[in-house]
Amino acid sequence: MSVERPKTIFEKIWDKHVVKRSEGYPDAVFIDRHFIHEVTSPQAFDGLRKRGIGVFNVNRTSATADHNVPTKDQHLPIKEALSRHQVETLRKNCAEFGVELYDLGHPFQGIVHIIGPELGLTLPGMTIVCGDSHTSTHGAFGNIAFGIGTSEVEQVLATQCILQYKPKTMRIEVNGTLGKGVVSKDIILYIISKISASGATGYFVEYAGDAITRLSMEARMTICNMSIEMGARGGLIAPDETTFNYIKGRKFAPQGRAFDSAVEEWKKLKTDDDAVYDVVLKFDAADIGPMITYGTNPGMGMKVTDRIPTVEELKEINEQVSFKKSLDYMGLEPGSAILGKPVDYVFIGSCTNARIEDLRTVASMVKGKKKAAGVEVWVVPGSKQVQEQAKKEGLDKIFEEAGFELREPGCSACLGMNEDKIPAGKYCISTSNRNFEGRQGPKSRTFLASPLSAAAAAITGKVTDVRDLSY
Amino acid sequence: MSKEKFIKLVSQAVPLPIENIDTDQIIPARFLKATTREGFGDNLFRDWRYDSDNQPIAGFALNDSRYSGKILVAGKNFGCGSSREHAAWAIHDYGFKVVVSSFFADIFKNNALNNAVLPLVVSDAFLKELLDTLQANPSTEVIVDLENQTISFNNKKESFDINAYKKTCLINGYDDIDYLLSLNKEIKEYDLAHS
Ligand code: SF4
Repeated sequence: MSVERPKTIFEKIWDKHVVKRSEGYPDAVFIDRHFIHEVTSPQAFDGLRKRGIGVFNVNRTSATADHNVPTKDQHLPIKEALSRHQVETLRKNCAEFGVELYDLGHPFQGIVHIIGPELGLTLPGMTIVCGDSHTSTHGAFGNIAFGIGTSEVEQVLATQCILQYKPKTMRIEVNGTLGKGVVSKDIILYIISKISASGATGYFVEYAGDAITRLSMEARMTICNMSIEMGARGGLIAPDETTFNYIKGRKFAPQGRAFDSAVEEWKKLKTDDDAVYDVVLKFDAADIGPMITYGTNPGMGMKVTDRIPTVEELKEINEQVSFKKSLDYMGLEPGSAILGKPVDYVFIGSCTNARIEDLRTVASMVKGKKKAAGVEVWVVPGSKQVQEQAKKEGLDKIFEEAGFELREPGCSACLGMNEDKIPAGKYCISTSNRNFEGRQGPKSRTFLASPLSAAAAAITGKVTDVRDLSY
Repeated sequence: MSKEKFIKLVSQAVPLPIENIDTDQIIPARFLKATTREGFGDNLFRDWRYDSDNQPIAGFALNDSRYSGKILVAGKNFGCGSSREHAAWAIHDYGFKVVVSSFFADIFKNNALNNAVLPLVVSDAFLKELLDTLQANPSTEVIVDLENQTISFNNKKESFDINAYKKTCLINGYDDIDYLLSLNKEIKEYDLAHS
């Protein structure tokens, strides 16, 4: 009798979803849940129309409008013509093909990676795709979730499958106790700074270790969210009691008996003891401090108390040109410190850090304080539900008193597709996930940091070590 | 939909010796509002190509009349960041058929292949030599032979990998979706058994 080879959780989920494996072809992988939004879907629906086919299974597809929507006066028609057209096209497509849409004004509307988990659409053991690279967020629930391009969106709409080669596997373990002022965003910024913006390309990552399993679901999502920023196809965390408790009672999650039997299945989603990963990396939680990025990719990060490397300190000579270009863009000097550097804008939002816990963290830091003069602070909740919850808890009052602006849900200044843009040359400390040139608006300059660090900077008006403030 | 066939290409090439070029640089987000696939080439590398008054920025390779051709040669980790396929559309629409680098981000690689653009991986050493040669001598011809999986210029030659399935798709102008549609019955059965 042949004994089955030990498998990682990733392999278990993948293998279970392979509909067809043929010699010379990539695997045809079944997709349990497909999220779509206004920016990467119109051309895919056009493709279906051209072929004269419908959506394979509308029950497995959910849509929302998030990337391109205003974060003020959402009840009014969108002012900008192209944005309006794109959202209207989504509306039209969803109506024509019978896809459920959480449109502007709907109580479930929000950033696609925030609403999936919040609604219980995201569950352990699933395969999940979306035409957005931060689909990796959903992996926090112990599933295979990854971003795809529009041609692939079309494939999934048409066939509920995607053609993919199985990626390699990487295990990243973080053990030990986190220091004061260090939160999950710091863990992931730290890991990326160590392995670079391309260090996990070609891999699917599993995060493990006691520093990870002690985190809440929302904090785990922040980690998985940024897997793509080190090039990984996705990142996941094995489901446990924390996961099951989060899911219980969510709108579209299995209920009652069905929930209990689902939990029994989900408990099997664990990497076998002797399973082999292609790469294993280990980090000590005690080495991590509050982090900040100084360059124009998320790998260019450091502890807020460190100084930027000098050109000579770079490991690879090849990188010198890009490094200098990046620092020129940021208006920063090699070898200098960032601590104390004035900021013009603070953006608290995005699928990385706009969940209710993030808003609570910010509120705990700013309660009874005021923002520094001259700093503009935008708090953009990740979803309508987060916005409502914040109001229920009175966080909106705390923000108002501090001089922060609480807006309506959307991607906002994370990618600057709507009018929420950081002006040229200005510095923004941001809880989002990308510090690319122009990401937050043409010539804008981004420091990526945790919600705690962003809130601290809002109060002091400069890059601050959160450990120096009382909160 | 990749309907153009690709076998061999002889062309000049445009050097872009920058690493970690992310898709936000290839096509900034504010140009993603279109609902069709056409016309993105005009905004390829928009913020490196034009200043805030829409004037071409001298010195950027795409504005440099010495450079032309259907091959783009770029530093390592090309196409990282956002999954936007608009990046591949912009490159294709501008007229590039091959991007050469020593390393590509995963999603970009798939998106390129789905749009008849070949992401061609070469060694770091070959890349450096090719970039240096192009900068010293912009009219250098580069030959990409997909059939035999080689890239060459002057008397330098290197083989490259491409998986057999994707190669067949490129050569014949096939789409993944055609293959997936042929599995309809199996997929339906799977869906029923797992709902
Ligand atoms: S918040 Fe930013 S990263 Fe997240 S889905 Fe929106 S644009 Fe993408």
